[in-house]
Amino acid sequence: MSKWALIIDVAKCANCHNCVVAAKDEHDGNDFPGYAAAQPRDGRPLITLRREVRGNGPMVDAAYMPVMCNHCDEPPCVRAAGDGSVYKRSDGIVLMDPERTKGRRDIVTSCPYHAIAWNEAREVPQTWIFDAHLLDQGWPRPRCAQVCPTDAIEAVRLDDAALARRAESEGLRVLNPEFRTRPRVFYRNMERFLAWFVGGNLVAEVNGRRENVAGATVRLYLGQRLIGETVSDAFGDFKIDGLERREGDYRLDCSHPEWGAATTAARLDASRFIGTIELGG
Amino acid sequence: MKRTMLRTLLTALPTVLRRAAAKHASVKEHMRRRGECVVQIGLKDKSIVRHFVFGRGGVHGRPGAHPQPDVSIAFKDAATALAMMKPGVDRGFAIDAAKNFKVVVTGRDAAVVWFMQLMGLVETAGWAFGHRMPDGTVRYTTNTNGGPLFVYVRDGRILRVTPIDFTNDDAPSWSVEARERSFSPARKTTASPHALAIKSLVYSEKRLLYPMKRVDFDPDGERNPQNRGKSGYERISWDEALDIVAAEIRRMKKQYGPGAIALFHPAHHQWGNVGYWLSAMTRFGNMIGFTRMGFSPISWEGWYWGAQHHFGNSLRLGLPGFYGTMEDCLKEAEMIVFWSSDPESTGGVYSAFEGTQRRLWAKELGIEFVHIDPHLNATAQLLGGKWIPIRPATDPALAIAIMHEWIVEGLYDKEYVARRTAGFDEWRDYVLGTTDGIPKSPEWQEAETGIPAKDVRSLARLWGSRKTYLAAGGLGVGFGGAARSATASQWARCMILMMAMQGWGKPGVNFGNLQFSGTLDETFYFPGYSEGGISGDLAHTATGINNYCRMPHVLTMNPVKQIIPRQRLAEAIIDGKATGYLWDGSALEAQFEPVHYPMKGYAPVHMLYRYGSSSFGTVPHSSRLIDAYRHPGLEFIVNQSVFMEGEAQFADVILPACTALERWDIGEWANCAGYIHHSQSQLNHRVFVMQHKCIEPLGESKSDYQIFLEILQKLGMGAMFSEGCSELDWCKRVFDSSDLAKVISWKDFLKKGYYVLPPEPAATRYPRYMQWYAEDRQKDVPEPHPLPALYVDEFGKGLQTQTGKIEFVSHTLARAEPDNPDRPALNRYIPAWEGPGVEELARRFPLQMVSAHPPYTFHTYGDEADSYAGHIADHRVAINGFRYRIVHVNPEDAAQRAIRHGDLVVVFNDRGAVVCAANVSPLVSAGVVKTYESSAQLDLVETARGLVDRGGCVNLLTPGRTIERGTEAIAPNSCMVEIEKWDGVTREAAE
Repeated sequence: MSKWALIIDVAKCANCHNCVVAAKDEHDGNDFPGYAAAQPRDGRPLITLRREVRGNGPMVDAAYMPVMCNHCDEPPCVRAAGDGSVYKRSDGIVLMDPERTKGRRDIVTSCPYHAIAWNEAREVPQTWIFDAHLLDQGWPRPRCAQVCPTDAIEAVRLDDAALARRAESEGLRVLNPEFRTRPRVFYRNMERFLAWFVGGNLVAEVNGRRENVAGATVRLYLGQRLIGETVSDAFGDFKIDGLERREGDYRLDCSHPEWGAATTAARLDASRFIGTIELGG
Repeated sequence: MKRTMLRTLLTALPTVLRRAAAKHASVKEHMRRRGECVVQIGLKDKSIVRHFVFGRGGVHGRPGAHPQPDVSIAFKDAATALAMMKPGVDRGFAIDAAKNFKVVVTGRDAAVVWFMQLMGLVETAGWAFGHRMPDGTVRYTTNTNGGPLFVYVRDGRILRVTPIDFTNDDAPSWSVEARERSFSPARKTTASPHALAIKSLVYSEKRLLYPMKRVDFDPDGERNPQNRGKSGYERISWDEALDIVAAEIRRMKKQYGPGAIALFHPAHHQWGNVGYWLSAMTRFGNMIGFTRMGFSPISWEGWYWGAQHHFGNSLRLGLPGFYGTMEDCLKEAEMIVFWSSDPESTGGVYSAFEGTQRRLWAKELGIEFVHIDPHLNATAQLLGGKWIPIRPATDPALAIAIMHEWIVEGLYDKEYVARRTAGFDEWRDYVLGTTDGIPKSPEWQEAETGIPAKDVRSLARLWGSRKTYLAAGGLGVGFGGAARSATASQWARCMILMMAMQGWGKPGVNFGNLQFSGTLDETFYFPGYSEGGISGDLAHTATGINNYCRMPHVLTMNPVKQIIPRQRLAEAIIDGKATGYLWDGSALEAQFEPVHYPMKGYAPVHMLYRYGSSSFGTVPHSSRLIDAYRHPGLEFIVNQSVFMEGEAQFADVILPACTALERWDIGEWANCAGYIHHSQSQLNHRVFVMQHKCIEPLGESKSDYQIFLEILQKLGMGAMFSEGCSELDWCKRVFDSSDLAKVISWKDFLKKGYYVLPPEPAATRYPRYMQWYAEDRQKDVPEPHPLPALYVDEFGKGLQTQTGKIEFVSHTLARAEPDNPDRPALNRYIPAWEGPGVEELARRFPLQMVSAHPPYTFHTYGDEADSYAGHIADHRVAINGFRYRIVHVNPEDAAQRAIRHGDLVVVFNDRGAVVCAANVSPLVSAGVVKTYESSAQLDLVETARGLVDRGGCVNLLTPGRTIERGTEAIAPNSCMVEIEKWDGVTREAAE
C-alpha cells in the first residue's frame, strides 16, 4: 500500500514563504466538508517556516525549514481524539473531521510538534491536511510542493519499505524522532539546523603587509581527538562544518608550509567565527 | 449595390439586436439599462436613413430621420457605412473614417457609448472563457506583478489561486549545455508570495467598496483641507461622486486655466495592457489635460545619472543589456560577484523565482560566489559564498581600491583597455594618486568601508585572475541597493569602469547573475505595459515603437506641458515652486536641463487627482506630504484607489476601483518593454495571459477604465475615450495587434487563458552581450539601441558615447557640467552627505538604515493590513494584535540598546519616527539596520515624542534630497537613524 510522504530539502528552501501563503490561501474562507473547516483570515498559519542563523561577524549562514503537520504513523492526536474523529487514512494522511472534532480543544495539545491550530471561529482543531481534498480530486501533489520555486518540497507516494530505503540512502531525517510518533515529513540537509561550525580567518605578514593566507591546513581537535580538517580559501577563510552540538574546549591547529603555524583554543557553545588568526614562527 | 446592402442592413438591425438579447443575458441587460433612447443611422445626405427606438429592453426600427435622436451616426457614403457596420470591423478603417469626418457621431455622449458598446456586445456576448473543473469550480487565468495564476472560482467567489503547471499541449522548454551537464527549466510558472496572496487583497477589509466623501468637505461651502487625514468619510452615491469630480474638473479649467489639475500615480500598477496607468489613466488624463508627474528612474538612479555617461545605453537608462549571458556564464564563468545584488528578494523584477533555478545550476557547477552587501541577503543565504559586509554607500571606495590593485598588480585586460576604451591614463593617475597624492589603495578604503585591506587584495586578485560575472544590483544589470544611495552614481560608474578593465564581452566576463535566460524567442511581438496600451500617447509612452503601428487607435495628447517632479510634490504645493530634472532616455544629454514648476503660462495646481495611494511608503522624506495634502492651495483631492491605505485617507472624495481580477485585461508575464527592452527575458518561458474577469467587482467598486469613462461621459468625451469599446473589446484589439493572433485563435486563447511560446532554437540563440563590442564588430543582439544618429562611426558599431568607446572620463559630463563638483567627468569617491562620516549627525543617529525593495509585497501592493503577507515573520510580526513591519538589527547594536528579538523599537531621526519589530540576528552587519520600503499602511499616532507611525512607512525617515546636484535621484539608502526600545506609548495612545 503506497502512502503519501513529504521530503523537504532544507538547503533548497529560499525562505520565500510560498508554502505558507498557499496554505493560508487554501483554507482562508474555504469550507471543505469532511476535510477542513474554513479558517478565519487571521488564523494561525498551518505551515510555518523556522529559521536557523549560525555564526557571527562576516561568517554567517542561514537556513529555513517549513514545518507542518507530520501526518505521523503513530499519531498522538488520533489517540487523544479517541473516538475516530481524528483518523489516519490508508494513504497515510491524518485528517480531523471538522464536524466531529467541534469543541475538542484538548486535541490541540496532544501534538508534541505544536502543529495543530485552534480555529476560534469554528471551534475546531485544524492542521495542514496534505491537501487531501485536492489529491482525492486527482491533483498530483499538494499545493506546497507546487508553489515551491526550488522544488525543495517533494511529495511522494511510496510504500513503507521504499520510503525507508529512500530515507536511508538520502540521509533523510524527521523532526524530533525522540517523540516516537513516526512522522511522514522528512528533511534532507537537516544538519543546516542541527550542526555547528567553527570558522576563522588566517593571515600572515607578507612583505610588510597583512595578507590572507590561502591553502593553509586547519585541524580541529576536541580534547585529543581530531574532529575536522580543512584548507583555507582565497580569502584565508576556513569553515569546518557538520560538528555535533557539543559544548567544550576545542583546539585549532593551523599551518602553512611558507607562512608558518598557529594554535588557537576556542570555547564553543554555538557555531562560531573565531576571528583572525596570525600565522607565524 | 452598396446602397441596397446598407438599406437591408439597417432594416435587419433590430432583428439582430432582438435575437442577441434573447440569446444573451448580458445583451438584454445592456439594452434594458439605458431606458428610452433613439438612435439614428444613415448617410450624411439623408438619402438613406433609419432610426431605432429603444425602450423596455426592446428595439424597433423606423424609416426616415427622427427630429431629436439621442444618437445620430451619419456616414459620408454607403461604402464607409458598410465597412464600419459589418461585424469584425477593421479598426484602422474605422479610425481613419472618424478622424477624417467620414463618419460623424453626435448626441448625448453616454448614449453614444452605450450604443457603440451594445453593438460590440452583440459580437462578444457569446464568447466562452474559463475552464470548468470536475468539482464544479471554474478555473480562470490572471496575471500579476509576480507571475501568472490560475484563479479557481466557485459561486462567484475566489476559492484559490495557483501558479500554472504546463501540460504536454504547451510548448516545449529549452535546454542548455554547460560543462558536460544539460539543464532545462521546470515545466511551470513560478509565483511570488505577493502574487499567491492576491485573494487576501481582493477580499481585504481595506477594500474601498463605495464612493465616499470626507464628512467636513463641502464642495459648495467649507472644504476644511486642514482636516484631511483626520475627519473621516461618509458614503455617497456614484452619481454624486462623479458629479463632484466632473464639476471640479470644469471649475479648474474655467477658474484657473490649463495646468490646475495634477494627476499623480504610482510607478507600478496591477498587470495588464488595458488597465495599466500608462494605458487607460494616461488616455483619461490626456482627455482632461493635466500637470504631469515627472518621473525619475527610481531604482535605477545611479545608472541613469551616472553609469550611462561612460558607455551609453540611455534607452536602458544606463543599464547593461543581458542577451546570451546565461549560457556564457554557465559555460565560462568561474566566479560571480554579487554587488548589492539580491535577485531572490525581488524576483529580479516581475519574474517571481524564474532565475532562482539558474543560479542553483551555477552552484551545482561549482561557480564561486562573492556577496558585497551590508546584509547577508536572501540570495547570499540561499547560495552561500564569501560575504563581504560593507558599510552602506561606501561601495565606490571599495571599487576604486580594487581597481587600484588591478593596476598595481597588472591584473587587468590591457589589450581591451587600449583598444576598446578611452581616457584610461587619466583614471589610472587618479586611482594611483599621481594627481592628488592619495593612492586609492586597499588601506585607503578601510576606514570608509570597514573592509580589511587584506580582503580587498584577496578579492582583487581573485577577480583579476578569473573569468568573473559582475552581478551589480538585483537584476545583475542594475536595480536597487547601492544604486539608491548618496553615492549611487559613483558606484554605478565604477561598475562600468571595472568591467572595462576586465574585458567586458569576452568569454565569461560580463554583467549578470543569471537573472536573464536569453533562450527565449524575442522576435515574437507582444506589447509590454510601457507601450502605453490604449493611451494613444506618443509623447510619454513607448507606443510609437510598435503598439501604435499595430493597433490602430485614436491618438491622444496632453496639452499641458507643466510638470511636477515626483519627489517634489510637497515643495510644489507648499512653496508654490519646484525644480527637477527629466527622465528621458533618448540621449545622454536629455537629462541636464532642469524643469521648473510652475511653468510659464500655466496655472499652478489646485486640484490633485491621486491615482492609488502609495507615496508615504515609497517617496523619501514622505512626512513632507502631510502638510502638502492639508494645504489650502489644494482645493480638491480626489483619490481613485482600491484600498483605504496610504494617502487615500487624505482625499476629499474617494472613488473605489476594483482589482484586476474583477475586470478584463490582457498581458504578457514580466514584459514591461520600454526602458527594459525584453524584460521578459528573465523568464524560462514566454507566457501570454488572458486576464479573465474572474468575479464581479466587489461592492460598488468599478474598474478604473469604467470610472474614467463615466467621468468623461459627464464631460462629453466618453466616446472619444472609449472608441465605443468595452475593456474586453480592447483586449481583443491588443490580441489582434500582436503576433499571438498568428499562433492561436482568439476563441482558444480566451477559453484556455494562456499561451506558452516555443523557445528560440539553440542554433539561433543570441550571442553574449557586448561580444560584438569586444570584437569591434557590428552589433548582433536584438537591441534597437541607441538611436541611429548617436553612432559616431557607422551604424551598429561602437557605443553611444562621444568616442564610441567605454570612456573612463565622460565626455558628456565634461561638456554638460564642467563645474558640478558632485558629478565630475572623472569619477571620484565623494563620501555620502548623510552617513557615519557626518559626525554631528552620526553622534545623534549612529545607525545606517538601508530600506530595500520588499520581498513579500510588490512595493505597497500586497501589504494591506490583512494580507497573507502579514503572517510572514520576515515581513510583519503581530504584537498585541497589530502587525508591525520588521527591522533587522545586529546583536551587538541590539545588546547596546537592551533590545531583544521581537521587541518593538522606534526607529527615528529628525524627520520622523516609525515603530517596527526588531529582528535581531547577525544577518545584518553591526552599525546597520535593514528594513524594507513600501509600507502600504500609514498609521500616525500622536505620542509624547510627537507623531509616530506604527504602519511601518520608513520613508518618513529617509532624506528628500537628490544624490547629487543636477539630478532627480532619490537616496533612501543614505539615512542615519537611532533605534530605541519602544515602551508601548504608541499602543496606549492608539487605543
